[in-house]
Parts: sequence; C-alpha cells; structure tokens
Amino acid sequence: MTATSFKPKSLPEADKATRNERSKRPFNVWLLVRVAIVVCGAVLMVAPFMIMVSASLEPNTAILPNPPHFLPQTLTSANYEEAWTENNFAGFFGNSAYVSVLTTVASVVISSMTAFAFARFDFPLKNFMFSLLLAGLMIPGIVVIVPQFVLAKSLNMLDSLEGLVFFYTAGQIAFTTFLLRAFFERVPRELDEAMTVDGAGILRKFLVLYIPLARPALATAAVFSFLGAWDEYVWALTVISDATKRTLPLGIAAFQGEHSTAWGLVFAASTLAVIPVIAVYVAGQKHLIAGITTGAVK
Amino acid sequence: MTAQRLSGQEVSTASAARPRKPGRGGASRRPSHWWVPWAFAAPGLILFFLTTGYPLVRSLQISFYNWSVLPTQASTFIGLDNYTRALADPQFWTSVTNAGVYLLMSVPATVALGLLFAVLLQKKMPGRTLFRILFYIPVVTSWVVVSLLFKFLFTTDDGAVNWFITDFLSLSDHAVPWLEQRWTGLIAISLLGIWKNLGWCLVVLLASLGGVGEELYEAAALDGANAWHKFVHVTLPGIRGTLLFVLVLQVIGAFNVFPSVLLMTNGGPAGSTEVPLTYMYKQAFSFLDFGYGSAMAFILAIFIFIVSFAQFKFLGEKKEALR
Repeated sequence: MTATSFKPKSLPEADKATRNERSKRPFNVWLLVRVAIVVCGAVLMVAPFMIMVSASLEPNTAILPNPPHFLPQTLTSANYEEAWTENNFAGFFGNSAYVSVLTTVASVVISSMTAFAFARFDFPLKNFMFSLLLAGLMIPGIVVIVPQFVLAKSLNMLDSLEGLVFFYTAGQIAFTTFLLRAFFERVPRELDEAMTVDGAGILRKFLVLYIPLARPALATAAVFSFLGAWDEYVWALTVISDATKRTLPLGIAAFQGEHSTAWGLVFAASTLAVIPVIAVYVAGQKHLIAGITTGAVK
Repeated sequence: MTAQRLSGQEVSTASAARPRKPGRGGASRRPSHWWVPWAFAAPGLILFFLTTGYPLVRSLQISFYNWSVLPTQASTFIGLDNYTRALADPQFWTSVTNAGVYLLMSVPATVALGLLFAVLLQKKMPGRTLFRILFYIPVVTSWVVVSLLFKFLFTTDDGAVNWFITDFLSLSDHAVPWLEQRWTGLIAISLLGIWKNLGWCLVVLLASLGGVGEELYEAAALDGANAWHKFVHVTLPGIRGTLLFVLVLQVIGAFNVFPSVLLMTNGGPAGSTEVPLTYMYKQAFSFLDFGYGSAMAFILAIFIFIVSFAQFKFLGEKKEALR
C-alpha cells in the first residue's frame, strides 16, 4: 500500500529509491508463490473431507460416482436419519460423549492435584516419581495392552463405559500432569505467602489461588483429554464386545466391516463424529497449540 | 522453556517480559505435614502406576510364559522361547520390513512438507490462521474416520485416486488395485500417514520458527545472504532441536503404525502388509497367545528405544561437529 504512493516519486532518480523498489517487487511475487503453494496444500488436506461429506449427503449407491463428487449433486438427509435411528449411531454418539466428558473432568481434576503436589512441595522421592511419569510418556500404550487387558478383566472393567473412562483417564495423567506442573510453578510465591498471612490452609490456596490462575493450562489439558477419548479406537476395540456399549469409532469401524458398500451411512456417521472434534479444536485452538508445542520447543 | 509457550503466541519478545521464576523460599515449600503432598499426588500416581508401571513389569513376566487365558489352566514358564520364536518367524520379519518401508515412505516426506508449509506460513499472509486450522484438521480426526475415508478413496473400481490417475492425469490405462497388493497397499497407507501427520509437524515447527531471533536474519541480510542461504545458515540451525524432536517422534510413530493398517488392508492380502502391531495384536487377541504377543511388543519397544537413542546421539553429535 505504501508502495503505490511511493513509486512515481522513485521512478526518475535516487539510487536508494531504486534499490527499495527492486527489493519490493520480488517480495510480492514471492507472496503470490507462497499463497499458491499453501492453497494447493490446503486443497489436498480438505479434498478428502469434501468427498466424505458429499457422499454422506447423496443417496447411497453401490457404484461410486466417477469422477468423484467434491460437492453433493443431490441432497438428502436419508443417510443421517438411517445412521442415527436404525443403526444406533445415536447410542454410540451418546456413549462417546459420556466417556469423553467424564474422562475430561476426571483427568483435569486428578492431574491438577498431582501437578500441584509436584510444583508446590518438596518431598522425598519427588524427582524420582516425576522421572517415572516422564518415562511413562515415552512408552507406546500398545506395548502394555496385553497386561492392561488382563488388569481390566480382573477389575471387572471389560464391556463397561466407566472402565473406558478409568483407562483413558489413567492414560492422560502423565501428559496433563507434566503440562500443569509447569504452569503451577509460575504462580508467584508472594501471592501464596500473602494467603498464608491471611491464615489460609493449603487446600484453600489450591482452590482459590492456583486453580483459577491455571485456567489456560486447564483448558489445554481438557482439550487434549477430550480429543484423546473421543478419537480412541484400539483400546475400545479390545475391551468392548457388547454392541450397545460401542463408542463412535468402534461403531463406525464395525458398521463398515459388516456393510462394506454402505459408504453413505459410514460417512454420515463419520461426519457426525468429526463435527464435535472440529468444534472443540476451533474453540480451543490456542490452548491446543500451546499443549502441542510444550516441551517440543526450547 | 515450556512456561513461555503456555501463554500462547508472544514468543520472540519473551526475554523482556519473562515470567518470573518462583522464589525458592525454602521454608514455604516444605509441607506442614509429610503426608500433604502425597495426599494431593496419590490419585494420579496410583492410577499411573496401576495402569502403566505395573503392566509394564507384568508384560515382561507374561512374555516368559506360555500364558493361559483361562483361569483354570496353568501358565507354563518357557523362558526366552517366545523371543526366539519371534526372531525365527518369517511373518514377524515381513511385518518389521513393512514398518521400515512405511517409515521410509512417510517420515521424510511428512517432516519435509511440514517444514515447507511452516516456512511458507511463518510470515504474514492472507488467511494464515485459516490455513493453519485446515492443515491441522486431519491430526485431530480419529484414525478410524480417516482410515476408512482413505480406504474409500483408494477403492479399485471408480475410487477417487484411480479416477485422478487414469482419467485426470492419464498416467495409467487401467485401475490400480491399490489395497489388494503389498507395495501399492503400503503406498496408500503411507500417503495416509503423510496426510494425517503433516499438520502436527507444521504446527510444532511453526512455533519453533518464531523463536529464531530476527536479528540473526538481519545480520545475514547485511552479509548479502539470499533466502536460501538464510534458510540453511540461520533457520535450520535455529530450529535444529525441534526438528530432531519432530523426526524422532515421527520415527517412533512409524514403528507404531496400527489402526490405519488394521482398517485399510487388515494386513492382507495373505499377511503381506502386516506391520508389527497388527501382527502382535492378532497373536494376542485373535489367537489369544498373550505370551507371544507380549514378547513381540517388548522386542518392538526395545528396538524403538535403541533407534530413538541412536538418533539423538548421532544427530546430536553431528550438531556439535558443525559448530
């Protein structure tokens, strides 16, 4: 914008102005190239989802449209109605919501307490315990899936939504504790001491001072826990066999296995599963990115 | 380090407004009673040790047994037999090879593309936030949804990918049976891996690009460096640590590839696209051979540990030499 008012003056003389103009022009071409490449990449990212949503909104046919439809040609909600009512995706959606919400609440409450202990106190074995938690972050969950199954069985947690909550929460603890501890450690000591002077006990400090100050980090932990529970498939596949206890990923995968060509229904259910994820992601974007980059960036 | 990040985007100016370090006022860090910190930490620690620590030890134990799933039958101790069995099992080696092929096809491309788009999105451009959101949507979407979606896209008859190749680009005159052969199946699974993980690499690298000091770029510009020189001599050294972190996590992720294979090819045809985790999972939960499954899981875990360690060691030392 400054370039336009600047250009006519610079045209005739002044070596400095010419240099300025020259350095401006490649920049604009470069911006165009950048935008073009990014748009191409974004199209490749989004195109599969467009095909998915289109197929979910079109009548179900055994033969796929050729060329593929990126936008629906005929609109119908039949797949959504059928998936929701006849194929019990309403139930699966409810199961997923129940499990994800409980997991989110439980993991935020429990890990904030654990993180507070690590951030606020010196106590024996503290560093050792924290190293073990960090080591737990490195272990791929699948390595312990066999003994976890044996454990779930002995705790009577097979085929139970609460059992899923228990193991999902446990699986989040190491990461969310790590995340929250860093935040609690930044709470100014003076505020803590001021509360001591006012005669506040430790529980009161935790609830009135530390928790409210850590709200952004708690939001990050909540977004991660929710998405983790909502998207999880392998553990649910392993412990849930009762068809009425299926979560959405389990329901979708099982349905596709049984009706291999009913793609319209599969994608209607998939779209329903993706909508809350995108809502949570867009709403909690800032917090999510803060969590992803924690520990990654020095 | 982590603290600065938590507050969001105010990155490079952090040195001025650095969050204060907690005063290490010794007395106030001591609990009033010894059990107070334990009372806070207990629920989390108990859950963690019950579901991760204990199963890890238990997993090692199970791997030494011909484990019986039925409580009425006794499990028999067979020492290292499950381990030697895995090392002599051709299907196990096929699965390891497939994971290696998947790694080579997906990880370099994912990291390189993630870096490319991070660099492109680093400076201001119209729609920057929207693009970042679009690139990240596959990352937050369930593996089940994206795997079935890619299975659909790679359908042999009238699938979108075959339409693109035969009718749009005219590269081939017949439909490719993508998921019905070993190598094309692994290509399809790798493309899904790239598509799903690219956004994560992008976001992490983008955050670290913001931490490279502007004054370094200005100094390079004064020395007459062009864009490429700046990238090689300022950007890359500046984000080296993060790049290594991204690479290591992607390599670990590649060895742990699982739901996409399970749902796209289910290891078929005839076990030719099996990867370690699908094979392990089937041994454990289809054939109920818990001992064998645990042994394979342990071999994989040890292998991953060694590879990660070697990456840190090798790439970490290289960086010292470069200095």
